[in-house]
Amino acid sequence: MAQAAAVAKPPAPPRRRRASATPRRLPYLLIAPAALLMLGFIAYPVLSVFYYSLQEYNPTKPWRNGFAGFDNFVHAFTEDPVFWDTLIFSAKWVVVEVGLQLLFGLALALIVNQTFVGRALGRALVFSPWAVSGVLTSAIWVLLYNSQTGITRYLADVGIGSYGTSWLSDTSTVFPAAIVADLWRGVPFFAILILADLQSVSKDLYEAAEVDGASRLKQFWHITLPHLKDAIVLSTLLRAVWEFNNVDLLYTLTGGGPAGVTTTLPLYIANTSVDAHDFGYASALTTVAFVILLFCSIVYLRLSKFGGEDK
Amino acid sequence: MSTTKEATVIAPAPRRATFEPQRPAGKKRRAWDEAPRWQIYLPLSLYLLFTLIPFYWILLFALRPAGSTSLVPWPMTFDHFEKVWTERSFGTYFQNSVYVGLATLLLTTVVALAGGYALARFDFRVKRAFMLALLCSQFVPGALLLVPLFEIFAELQMINSLVSVIIAETVFQLPLSMILISNFIKNVPYSLEEAAWVDGCNRMTAFRVVVLPLLRPGLIAVGSFAFVHSWNHFLFALMFLNNQQKQTIPVGLNTLMSADSVDLGALAAGGIIAAVPVVIVFAFIQKWLITGFSAGAVKG
Repeated sequence: MAQAAAVAKPPAPPRRRRASATPRRLPYLLIAPAALLMLGFIAYPVLSVFYYSLQEYNPTKPWRNGFAGFDNFVHAFTEDPVFWDTLIFSAKWVVVEVGLQLLFGLALALIVNQTFVGRALGRALVFSPWAVSGVLTSAIWVLLYNSQTGITRYLADVGIGSYGTSWLSDTSTVFPAAIVADLWRGVPFFAILILADLQSVSKDLYEAAEVDGASRLKQFWHITLPHLKDAIVLSTLLRAVWEFNNVDLLYTLTGGGPAGVTTTLPLYIANTSVDAHDFGYASALTTVAFVILLFCSIVYLRLSKFGGEDK
Repeated sequence: MSTTKEATVIAPAPRRATFEPQRPAGKKRRAWDEAPRWQIYLPLSLYLLFTLIPFYWILLFALRPAGSTSLVPWPMTFDHFEKVWTERSFGTYFQNSVYVGLATLLLTTVVALAGGYALARFDFRVKRAFMLALLCSQFVPGALLLVPLFEIFAELQMINSLVSVIIAETVFQLPLSMILISNFIKNVPYSLEEAAWVDGCNRMTAFRVVVLPLLRPGLIAVGSFAFVHSWNHFLFALMFLNNQQKQTIPVGLNTLMSADSVDLGALAAGGIIAAVPVVIVFAFIQKWLITGFSAGAVKG
């Protein structure tokens, strides 16, 4: 049993025992704070969401509270058109947003990975929006899209859009407008992660390719891209989950409107629980969101054959 | 430039001519990582415009007098800042945000460092399960757990206390921070620690003297991450703090945005106040961040 708790690296030379007072309990002591925090504030809430999803639970209508079985789920799938609308919008939002972020982020990373005069400053500037919060992004783009004083006014002067309309209050322009605002902050995220990985590509490979006369495009396709695959898969997955879950930007930029056309499923859940106090139904919707996330993540990891060989 | 020389040595003159006949004679041969200048500067300038115009716009609104439509912030005024700082209590919000940010940074780093060390250096019974839990928790949306979290904090009498926000932010920072830190620690050779033990250090001292200094870039990356996230994050503060005096900066910004008549100057000034600490943090840590990330990159 002592070996089971012993140290990982080289198979236990005798001096190890002397070095640490309580080697068997030490790892458990070390992970205990993190484990307790996560049990209390992630695992337990998750389980209680599952539990509430089977309940009718609304503090403002206590007389109706009680066990509801799968009523909440049945209601969502068969009687609630808003649920389907928000689900479809969520999918559209995540696919378009993350796809464009990946494309631009990869291009940006490749550019700032080159050596050129002013690189440090250039990097600092193009990455800067990444540090900006969703709420601040909203504030900035609210200013830009303002119909009276925003940049839209000046664009209208040169024939892009029409004067006096706010792009955020028009159902036909709000989607691209919100996408652009989120791209402003999201592209640097991808660029930073990809850039970090780009730096670890062995330069020998490129030199060998150069000697063999491979074009820059071929070098990118056969050396850079395969090397980046894991980083791309992981950051795309993280970003997709994040874009799906994140409500800060849309909550503050459009509030889900106009007419609910920019309401994602999580935003709808937040509204259902916070404004309507329908905790049971919100929990059921949350459970659905969990299942969707889990399913999509598994499919994505399988398709991309990521993590096939485990260490 | 050294790459150029090496490549030239590997590919002697006659062969080079066969492989790249199109290269004009006399023009300097490019290293692999050097694209033509315009291929760098043209797209970069375009992207810079996209990045900087919004920043300029918020600066413009914050600095020019209300009602002005000038595209240059002149005559310059700081009235908006003064108004937001005092009348809109951004002074208080700022203080609260600093408190939450620093506490989250400290708590996240310490807890993740302990856990990360255990994951990097030991093999113990629940390790695989714990790793799996860490990964799974990445898919748990904080926003969707608002109701149970609210109930827990209400039970603990922590609603309207900044501690609730600090705990919530820390918990959602922990998994990724721990994975990153354990990867950083794995990159520190174990033999260094063992050598310190042989020299008579106990585990704690060996860790402090040998490992900790080498972890600096990684810890800076993780810590600044925790700070920036909690500084920027909005929903937990919005939900757990009902008292206006306890609110944080992002909530204050949201209030400015959803006011009946949006005061654009105040909104812009508030936005700049919100951005300043984060910009300062990033200016300092930029260099460490990229190395930190590439060293700690989460890989299979």
